[in-house]
Amino acid sequence: MSLSDEVSARGSGTAASSGREGSAPRQRPSSWWFLGSELKQLFRRRRTQALLLALAAIPVMIAVVVRVSTAVPPGRGPAFLDRITQNGLFVGVTALIVAVPLFLPLTIGVVAGDTIAGEAGHGTLRYLLAAPAGRVRLLLVKYVGAVAFCVAAPLAVALAGAGIGAALFPVGPVTLLSGDVVEPGEALSRMLLIAAYQTVSLLGLSAIGLFLSTLTDVPVGAMAATIVLSVASQVLDQLPQLEWLHPWLFSHYWFGFADLLRQPIGWESFSSNALLQAGYIAVFGALAYGRFVSKDVLS
Amino acid sequence: MTSAGRGAGLAIETTGLSKRFGHQLAVNSIDLAVPRGSVFGFLGPNGSGKTTTIRMMLGLAAATAGSVRLLGQDMPGKLDEVLPQVGALVEGPAFYPFLSGAANLHRFDAANRHAVPGTRRARVAEALERVGLSHAARKKVRAYSLGMKQRLGIANALLSRRELLILDEPTNGLDPQGTREVRSLVRSLAADGATVFVSSHLLAEVEQICTHAAIMSAGRLVAQGPLAELRQAGTAQLRLITPDAGAASGVLVRFGMTPVVGHPNGADAVITSALPVSSGTLSPSGSRNPGGDTGTGGPGGPGGRDAAVALEAAPEAIVAALVADGVRVRGFAVERGSLEDRFVALTGEGFDVAQ
Repeated sequence: MSLSDEVSARGSGTAASSGREGSAPRQRPSSWWFLGSELKQLFRRRRTQALLLALAAIPVMIAVVVRVSTAVPPGRGPAFLDRITQNGLFVGVTALIVAVPLFLPLTIGVVAGDTIAGEAGHGTLRYLLAAPAGRVRLLLVKYVGAVAFCVAAPLAVALAGAGIGAALFPVGPVTLLSGDVVEPGEALSRMLLIAAYQTVSLLGLSAIGLFLSTLTDVPVGAMAATIVLSVASQVLDQLPQLEWLHPWLFSHYWFGFADLLRQPIGWESFSSNALLQAGYIAVFGALAYGRFVSKDVLS
Repeated sequence: MTSAGRGAGLAIETTGLSKRFGHQLAVNSIDLAVPRGSVFGFLGPNGSGKTTTIRMMLGLAAATAGSVRLLGQDMPGKLDEVLPQVGALVEGPAFYPFLSGAANLHRFDAANRHAVPGTRRARVAEALERVGLSHAARKKVRAYSLGMKQRLGIANALLSRRELLILDEPTNGLDPQGTREVRSLVRSLAADGATVFVSSHLLAEVEQICTHAAIMSAGRLVAQGPLAELRQAGTAQLRLITPDAGAASGVLVRFGMTPVVGHPNGADAVITSALPVSSGTLSPSGSRNPGGDTGTGGPGGPGGRDAAVALEAAPEAIVAALVADGVRVRGFAVERGSLEDRFVALTGEGFDVAQ
């Protein structure tokens, strides 16, 4: 809606803007300004920066511990932990795996749960709507902001891991799960692929967080609920009695990125994951829409 | 339902507007008519439904029943076209504490899809200048005082050129200087042709800046109209100081009054009496001639007799009669009912006024 409306806004062209021919064509009323403002606000905010820093600290912690300890017993601890001393590139991969069950959902829960409820909590929601931001447009911009954080979060882990790994350990060709050996450059791109996989994995959770955020004026409530759901989904995924339910859980494919470490790359779980997440986006996006469009803003 | 130019002349018009929260009827079928170009005071005790009404006007809350028209357009149906022309301060200012004052205004302006980005910087600076906050533009709002936040809230309402300003308690938290500044700001906005709708529970404030007013009580609109009419609707009081109480009372009774004689201190008696109503009263609730120039209210009353009495009871005529009868008039005053009297008469006394 936002983009089509933007076109119509451009078409009608307010009197003020059409009278101002000297300004650049980009200086027109448009939804992109609001999105830009949202992203700027999100990533300039101390809390967001702290979350990303905390995520980046995971690989640093792992690398330092491995560096100062004498020997890592093979086969224990997180996957690939014992390989780090031979090749620093494994720091990033190990950290990405460690971050999946809790750290990433935690940070996404904070950001997605804050989207609408945070504005309501500050009282700024009423001023955004009176601006007028438009309810659907606000919801879309907020979700895109959460998605941007879903991109940034795994990326912070991967890049910090690559950096600290290269700094503390030797870097060389990497043996994939299929036994093929690839150059460090190719290995790095595989790691970014895993980060992208995790971004996709978190889109459904973000939509859930957005919906929960429309239900309350207390952001902490929406954040906690989102995080609890992410844990609950993973617990349910462990119970064999609920096997029929597993393919429908949004966390079902969270660890399914091993195929990205084979030659050739297997895209099956990537596409199943993407489809599942799209389903969650559709359902919870619709719920958020239904709730928010008719909501009385009394905060 | 006056025929002439209804709708076109109204900046805000509500019809049977109601809002129910659970069992409580917060706003009960109100018919507001705010003429364009007026400075309209929206009065009422705390909890009388003022803010809820404003929320419905701005499309923040849905009406349980009734309708709202802003600047001649339906709300919330035409929200996207109407609101860019409306500046609002709703239930106190609210900002992102971690952003500077200027950054907050940039943010809200970016949210308005009709705001021109090219002029944003200049408009923000101008709005800050107008409320005297230029020096604190780069300061984080967290460090603002309540008064500064209030000013910033008003600056936000002034970011674009507005046809209508809806200001909910604009002087809340301001010191006397700040209050004066807001008053002169409201006047200058009105002089620019904007309609200003000010909600307040401060009567003095409304009395000083408004041309029209409406009074809410417990969710109902109990009176509205031009300020002068609202004031006059209260009966005027005559106050006479004289040593000749008996003779004076006799004269006043001839004028159809019921004088009350008192001796507060000293020898002189103080006589007070309600002056007979001398002009058309304001009909409570739903007086549909907000323009006030039609004079439909007139000295209608129950026939022409009242009008005749009113004519005879002009203050100067009373004084002349008193003097003619040898009453030594040492003090004479006609005290018009203040808006406060009217307000208290309509909404009740004390803290238990509305629940």
